[in-house]
Amino acid sequence: MDDLHSLPLHDLHVELGAKMVPFAGYDMPVQYPAGVMKEHLHTRSAAGLFDVSHMGQVLLRGEVAEVARAFEGLMPVDVVGLAEGRQRYGLLTNDMGGLLDDLMFANRGDHLLVVVNAACKVDDIAHMRAKMPEVEVVEVTDRALLALQGPKAEAALSALAPEVAAMRFMDVRNVTLVGAEAWVSRSGYTGEDGFEISVPVAQAEKLTRALLGNPDVLPIGLGARNSLRLEAGLCLYGADIDTTTTPVEAGLNWAIQKVRRAGGARAGGFPGADIILDQLANGAPRKRVGLRPAGRAPMREGVMLYPADGATDPVGSITSGAFGPTVQAPVSMGYVPIDLSTPGTIISAELRGKRAAVEVTTLPFTPANFKR
Amino acid sequence: MKFTEEHEWLREEGDEIVIGITEHAAEQLGDIVFVELPEVGTEVSKDDECVVIESVKAASDILAPIDGEITEVNEALVDDPGKINEDPMGDAWFIKIKPAEPEQMDDYMSEAEYRDMIS
Repeated sequence: MDDLHSLPLHDLHVELGAKMVPFAGYDMPVQYPAGVMKEHLHTRSAAGLFDVSHMGQVLLRGEVAEVARAFEGLMPVDVVGLAEGRQRYGLLTNDMGGLLDDLMFANRGDHLLVVVNAACKVDDIAHMRAKMPEVEVVEVTDRALLALQGPKAEAALSALAPEVAAMRFMDVRNVTLVGAEAWVSRSGYTGEDGFEISVPVAQAEKLTRALLGNPDVLPIGLGARNSLRLEAGLCLYGADIDTTTTPVEAGLNWAIQKVRRAGGARAGGFPGADIILDQLANGAPRKRVGLRPAGRAPMREGVMLYPADGATDPVGSITSGAFGPTVQAPVSMGYVPIDLSTPGTIISAELRGKRAAVEVTTLPFTPANFKR
Repeated sequence: MKFTEEHEWLREEGDEIVIGITEHAAEQLGDIVFVELPEVGTEVSKDDECVVIESVKAASDILAPIDGEITEVNEALVDDPGKINEDPMGDAWFIKIKPAEPEQMDDYMSEAEYRDMIS
């Protein structure tokens, strides 16, 4: 792959002993010498540092109230009501009610900062430019993005900047870290408390080394990032959600605030609103659920699901799955018809030509540990 | 001890062949979380899929390196697959086969040849 991009901290990952793999067009650390299992457990018990600089950081500039109104035209989400210094989860929808991407957006006073998936960023930016001609859409290319996650993340980051300890879940602040002007949010993708830190590329290595100098902080690769987000019940775009899944099918109703729903002050007015509002009121034909396979064999993306052992017609499939190191058992997510989506329902999956029982469960598999 | 290109090792023990995966393979696979072993008494042919292992990353099939009958399987691995990462060349053997054609062993690499291959 000659068009594989390198992360700004590529050489540091190699120095730390990372195994590098291609992911979303980037040469990414999938694991360090500790290995996926230890990296996962360390993040849940102490703190893990992730380089997520492959993700897109995008500024939406203009008069911020106007920018917020325009951005609401692309998402079934309350953008206008987001206070300065706060961040929220957002969903770009298409005319069929499907998902173009999921993202985080923050109100940083004089602009919105949007963080989007690496594999979607080119399309997202084109979409935003086309649909919001009055907004200046600027891709940030001179900043790395780090995530510091886990119960000791607060102690590790506040050792560099004590003021971060006062931040609550989804707060965003400008913070000076080892001399770097960082944009910090209290959020992440692991189900743990933690921070995402946007830092100028020129100072990213210094900050990374400072954080890794703390014995509680280990570098964590994509492998553990995936098992952590899976246990936390968080969607991976391209696997669990895509252009063919609606927010209601994906169980993301919580991301659609009342003000954008039928009867709300700014109801509708986003792509696919007719379908999404109808599904919010009347339900969707299928739903994303947690799945616990019986036995120890992980069931991964593509495993077909059947209503019962003897049934021959599949009714859904697994969209992501792995062994959950914290749960100490295999965990998966997938879509099932609504009548099979009640937690406790036992369905059947076909793995290597053999049927095995799978229990439908609630998500997440591990309780969230946010600082609200 | 003999080695296959599929990173398995074969050790003669009386009239049986003990089979496992190499340290190099275990390292490449990462943390192993699941093992499915064949039933004792199964007749296998060379290149039959006979063991499934899953690491945190992916599933892999272990192929029978020789023809013969499975005479013993290492049940302890089912409850503790992590043993394969800890001691792949020792305690964490997978299966024992009573070979139908013991001379099939001659096709495989010596330890020195295997080391050359992975270096």
